Order: sequence, then C-alpha cells, then structure tokens
Amino acid sequence: MSAVARAPATADPMQPAPWRVRAVRRETEDVVSLDLVPLAGAVPGFAPGQFNMLYAFGIGEVPISLSGDPADTTRYVHTVRAVGAVSAAIVGAAPGSVLGLRGPFGSAWPVAAAEGHDLLIVAGGLGLAPLRPAIYQVLASSERFGRIAVLYGGRGPAELLFRDELAAWGARADVTVAVTVDHADPSWHGHVGVVPALLDKVGFDPASTVALLCGPEVMLRFTATALCGAGVAAERIHLSMERNMKCAVGLCGHCQFGPDFVCKDGAVLRYDRIAARLAAREI
Amino acid sequence: METLERLLLGHKFLAGIDPAFGRLLVGCTRNLRFAPGQFLFREGAPADEFYLIREGRVALELHAPGRPPLVIATLGEGELVGASWLVPPYRWGFDARASTDTRVFGLDARCLREKCDADHHLGYEMMRRLLPVMVGRMQAARQQLLDVYGHPAA
Repeated sequence: MSAVARAPATADPMQPAPWRVRAVRRETEDVVSLDLVPLAGAVPGFAPGQFNMLYAFGIGEVPISLSGDPADTTRYVHTVRAVGAVSAAIVGAAPGSVLGLRGPFGSAWPVAAAEGHDLLIVAGGLGLAPLRPAIYQVLASSERFGRIAVLYGGRGPAELLFRDELAAWGARADVTVAVTVDHADPSWHGHVGVVPALLDKVGFDPASTVALLCGPEVMLRFTATALCGAGVAAERIHLSMERNMKCAVGLCGHCQFGPDFVCKDGAVLRYDRIAARLAAREI
Repeated sequence: METLERLLLGHKFLAGIDPAFGRLLVGCTRNLRFAPGQFLFREGAPADEFYLIREGRVALELHAPGRPPLVIATLGEGELVGASWLVPPYRWGFDARASTDTRVFGLDARCLREKCDADHHLGYEMMRRLLPVMVGRMQAARQQLLDVYGHPAA
C-alpha cells in the first residue's frame, strides 16, 4: 500500500482554519500557485501526495494537492486551475486575503519505499503539482535511488507548469527530464506526442522500477498499461486518483471508488489494487 | 560499406535482423545529415526515400492556411520516419522537418520495394517491423485526439 496518511492538522477535521494568502504566482494563463500561511500557529508538516480542502468563504470548498516542498515549514503551496466557481475564486484570491483550510488529508507517494529502485515520475497537465513535493524530496537525497526520471506531458508549450524548475532539474546529472506536448507549432523544439511515448526515451530497469503517476485518468490508464507492458510490476506503480471529494475524511462517500474512498484510502493508490476499476466504465 | 552495414544493422529498427537481409538493405542505404529547420520531405512529394534516425529529432508537421504549421509528433534516435513509401501512390502525407542537427540513414524506397517484391521473406520481415510502429503511432494519435489536458467540466 502507499504510505500511511498523517492525521489532519486541525483538531476537528471538518473545521476549516483561516489561512492568509501570502503570495500568488501565475504559472499559466489559468493556473496559479498560492503561498498560504496560518493566521495562528505553525505550518503543520505534510507528506508528498497529500491534499488540503481549500474553502473560498461563501462559495465552497475543493480538494487541492500540496505542491510545495515538504521540507519548507514556513508555508503551504497550492497550485490551482480555475475550472469552476470555487477554484476560480481561489485562483482570484489576492495576496493578503484569507481562505479556509482543512488538512492535510490522504495517502502519500511511497518515496521512502522507492529507495534503492529506479524511479519514474510521470505527470500529465496539472498532475505535476501533486508530484512536485515528491520530486523535491527525491532530489534532496537522490543518491538513495537508482536512475531517476521525470516525464511530463501537457497540452501545449504554454500550458506546461513549472518550466523554470523543469529546466533546472533537467540540467542536473542525477535526474533525466523529458517533456512532451500533444500539439505545438514549429517554434517548440521539444518532444511532441503522448506521455507513454516518453518511456522509450529514458533508461530504467523494469524489474527494479517504482513509478509514480499523476494526471488525467485517461493518461494514467495508458501510461500504467505501457509500464506493465514494459515489465514494471503493477504493485510498484502508484497513481493519484481524482474524485469528487467533500468531507475528506471518509464519511460522506462522495469520492467512493469501488471499495475505496479516494479521500481517505487515496488519493495515491497502488495500480494492482485499482487496475480493474480503472478500466471499468462509469466508476 | 562494411562500416555502413554495421551501423545500419545496429539501428534499433533493424535490431536482430538476419544479416543476409542487412546486406540487401545496405545496398539501398546512404548516410544523410539535416540541419535544424531543413525538411526531410514535404507533403505531396514522391515518397521515394524513407529514414531511420541515428541522432537528432524530426518533427512531423501538418500545415493549413492562415495558421502556423501544427507539429503532430516528434521522432528521435532509433525511430523510423515515413511509411507512405510502402503505400500507393507513394506520396508523403505530411512534412518532416529536422528540429535539431539530425543524422539519418536514408533508404531508397524504390530499391527496397523492388527487393521486397523479389524476396517476400524480406518483405515480410520489413512489414513485421513496420506494422507495430504504425499501430503504436495510430494509437498515440487517438490518445492525442482525446485532448486529455483540456479543461474538465466545472
């Protein structure tokens, strides 16, 4: 199973605490990263892969993965895309404004368990945000892993997240970074094609590879299938699932995914546990 | 020629091929280099040569009036560029342009078609290698059609 979830930082997991927006960075046209600090108390620790419920007062609450460095105890970072009323309000939050926050919730990427193995970190679109804390943690002690590769796919060059960091990671000797987009004009000199096609472009030993996948569900399905086809065992493939999370503590059932509640048993789940459900329609 | 044969048979697309077929193929092969921005071929042109990339990157492009060309895929080291040389009327269906300094093996398609017709074992061997590449690219193109990174419903 994926790493055990930490307990939420707030005493009552259903009670949002006020957090101030300290800074806002625009990542793409409709995606921003917010630095959040609590109005009272310290910033609780979190494990890579966990999420918080962010509450835009009077509008609503949405689950958003932590995207910052887990070693940074001064703030939480959340990377948010405006897709609905709540997320649009969060994206539009100005520095100094206050949001409600519950969490952190959910399971974590099995970073420690991946030590000694080749590590494939595969992200699509906004899925790089929930993986970034794991990347920070891995790169802080890269000598503990075999070959490390970050594979990232997006719709087009303008929609790629964290481009400066991708370039910085790619310049390091201890990690291979490959980025692809679905479509581009000729001014883009990188790869064009789907994420699974990147697997051929990096070296890894399938018998000793741990893969962490996050992105749109279709991309997860095709990538996991390609990894299994390459010989990576399903129990060493971990996916972050997205479902309609409401309570975040496994009570309300909105995020039920077969026998799992994604908020409590996930969002990071092992592929061998969910492969059949991932292939089923309407689950 | 010996060196070209050894290099050609070391290409991923031809890995493990019968050396006798390799000797037939090398007679149709030449080394080529394309500078960044240079076209390997253009849409509509006769597909009389196809390419195995040794080094570099090639963009496959579609063009339409009033907009920049659309890059639909990029290909790199160890990959094959072009299948229209196999299918009548033997004309390219898109542009292929070097994105970086690119070295390739160019295989004379007419020469190879004739050799495949004369030796069906060679023809089958080429088909056996080409078909998985084509199916893989068709499946990738279908995945791209899904536009999976588009905005989810609010």
